Amino acid sequence: MAALIWIVLGTPIAGAALAGAFRRADWTRFVPLVAAVMIMGCGGVLIAVTRASGAVVAGSLLRVDTFSAWFLMAVGAVALIAIWGGTPTREQRREEGNQGGFWALMCAFLAAMTLALVADNLGLVWVAIEATTITTAFLVGYGRGRQSLEAAWKYVVLGSVGVAIAFLGIVLIYAASVAGGEPTLSWLALTRPGTVLTPAILKMGVGLAALGFATKAGLAPMHSWLPDAHSQAPAPVSGLMSGVLLAVALYAILRVQVIADRVLGPGLFRGLLIAAGLLSLLVTALLVLTQRDFKRLLAYSSIEHMGLMALAAAVGGRLALAALLLHVLGHGLVKASMFVAAGRIMHADATHDIGDVVGLLRRRPDLGIPFLAGGAALLCFPPFVTFFTEVAILIALAQGGLGWVAGAAVVLLLAVFAGLARHLLAMTMGGPDVPPSPATPARLRRTLPLALALGAAAVLGFVAMPLSGVLTDAVAALTGGR
Amino acid sequence: MNADLHSQLIALTTGVLLLTAVLQLWQRSVVGSIRLLVAQGLALGGLVAVTALEASEATGIVVAIVIAALKGGFLPWALARTARLTRVHDGLDPGARPALSLLLSVLLTTVAYVVSQPLVGSGTSPALKAVPVGVALVLLGFLILLTRRTAVSQLVGFLVLDNGIATVAFLTSGGLPITIEIGVLVDVLVVVLVLRVLTVRMRHLTGGTALTELRELHD
Repeated sequence: MAALIWIVLGTPIAGAALAGAFRRADWTRFVPLVAAVMIMGCGGVLIAVTRASGAVVAGSLLRVDTFSAWFLMAVGAVALIAIWGGTPTREQRREEGNQGGFWALMCAFLAAMTLALVADNLGLVWVAIEATTITTAFLVGYGRGRQSLEAAWKYVVLGSVGVAIAFLGIVLIYAASVAGGEPTLSWLALTRPGTVLTPAILKMGVGLAALGFATKAGLAPMHSWLPDAHSQAPAPVSGLMSGVLLAVALYAILRVQVIADRVLGPGLFRGLLIAAGLLSLLVTALLVLTQRDFKRLLAYSSIEHMGLMALAAAVGGRLALAALLLHVLGHGLVKASMFVAAGRIMHADATHDIGDVVGLLRRRPDLGIPFLAGGAALLCFPPFVTFFTEVAILIALAQGGLGWVAGAAVVLLLAVFAGLARHLLAMTMGGPDVPPSPATPARLRRTLPLALALGAAAVLGFVAMPLSGVLTDAVAALTGGR
Repeated sequence: MNADLHSQLIALTTGVLLLTAVLQLWQRSVVGSIRLLVAQGLALGGLVAVTALEASEATGIVVAIVIAALKGGFLPWALARTARLTRVHDGLDPGARPALSLLLSVLLTTVAYVVSQPLVGSGTSPALKAVPVGVALVLLGFLILLTRRTAVSQLVGFLVLDNGIATVAFLTSGGLPITIEIGVLVDVLVVVLVLRVLTVRMRHLTGGTALTELRELHD
């Protein structure tokens, strides 16, 4: 079964090499699509395999359990939507020529995220997360204007410095394990009950590691690069970064949290994550109202959702962590379709200003309907899965003795709701009485990935019951080292 | 290696590391700070060699040579080339405030000694005693990153910070496993190259490399 790990890692790497080598070929745009499908498929198979017979190991550095397999599947699914939805139209291809280099970087980006998820070594996780910064640097700066250059510069410098802090933390975690005689960075060994770790050094180590990865996860107060990078990048890149890259960084935090909780007790990480979570919600609540750019609006919404997931991680336990896993998938699918829709609106109306876009529902129903439906999902309306997961996280907070956190979160979430809903309604409703632009078959075909993603997000909440076995096993794999 | 010589060599190499970092803050010329980076990279390579000799590890010597070549040779060379390409090589960084920065560096070095207590207190080896130097390098690198205004000097700050982390790694645990170490070196190398490309693009777009020119994205 180790072959599955090599396939899931090898496909995007081979894809990057292939698309890079045949940069001028027209078919290169399908390569990342194939890689995404492979990652999603292998993730699904790995979920089944790990549930049936425990974690799959390949070599001394790679290991997949149900928890990482779930993330793999989510990365594949979100990548499929973002890349499929972001495929350029025939006119765009004629204007811009073939973008094999772009698709090669996209594959490399997918490979880096996959490596972060299949690594059983904190050092290797770090290398992979830093590699995501490297591969996305040029993707963020793809626009070639001053603003995309500024976004790319900020993104690389702040991202690398943040992740460098995480590396200092990992170095200290390694130093803390020297006392046991066998220094290690293997996540499995570090969480094994018998492993001796020096608490004083470990405390510094896990704190710095959490701080560093939180920068990459876009949690406040280390979020300042995120709105710039996510708004300047091309639509499929923003979709992937907002939808899953942030979640991959959160994955690293969750893994470190388990190590910290075993030796130091749950207090340290709980405090850190509650502070970061509530602050992220507050930052979004304050800034969402005054946003003028709709891609920035979506970026801030990602900070909000990361804050919510940080709160889920803070309280821990089966309900909160299962909700977190479902939220990663649900939010990823919705955010990827929203960014794809936003990219198309930008292309159609030649603006990124919220004030310049009105009456989308009437003018361009093929864009307005998915944008409004996705917006509702981001606002956590039923029947979307985000509604169920948000409620589950709030209930878990209240049950876990963190009622005041749940209360504060509800107030802040309502403030975000008001700001976000106002902008979304202004863009989709009303507007001048112009005849609608006809929904041609080509346009309807292009809506298919968005419809699929939003449909899945609407159904996921109702299949959460049959999924509960998978989610419970994934949570057990994280907390119990199954 | 006898214990006396070992502790003296550690003191010498970490001393050079700290001295070059503090001089970075005093240095206003971009080329001057790149030269200091060469000395710092070589000192780091020396430190790695000393810890490897102490543990009698052959791979450690190879790592030491790679680090010295990369951090004392290739990376400063790449930075100098960028500085030439973007014509800042004779320029002074407008963000540099030598007097204030030197004062702050004293403060930050003291902070580094205070926060490293849990690490220093856990053993008696001369290597552990020198850990605060690594932490100080991280903090001083941060200070350079925060205060400098040209792209190349920010890159210098990033590399000082990275040297600090490597120093902590080698002093506390004799370095990470070799596979991880290689991965980390490659990552840092590529980050610097990516930023180099962005710097050159910045020169084309704005006619300079002052980061103050990039102020369009905000809320």
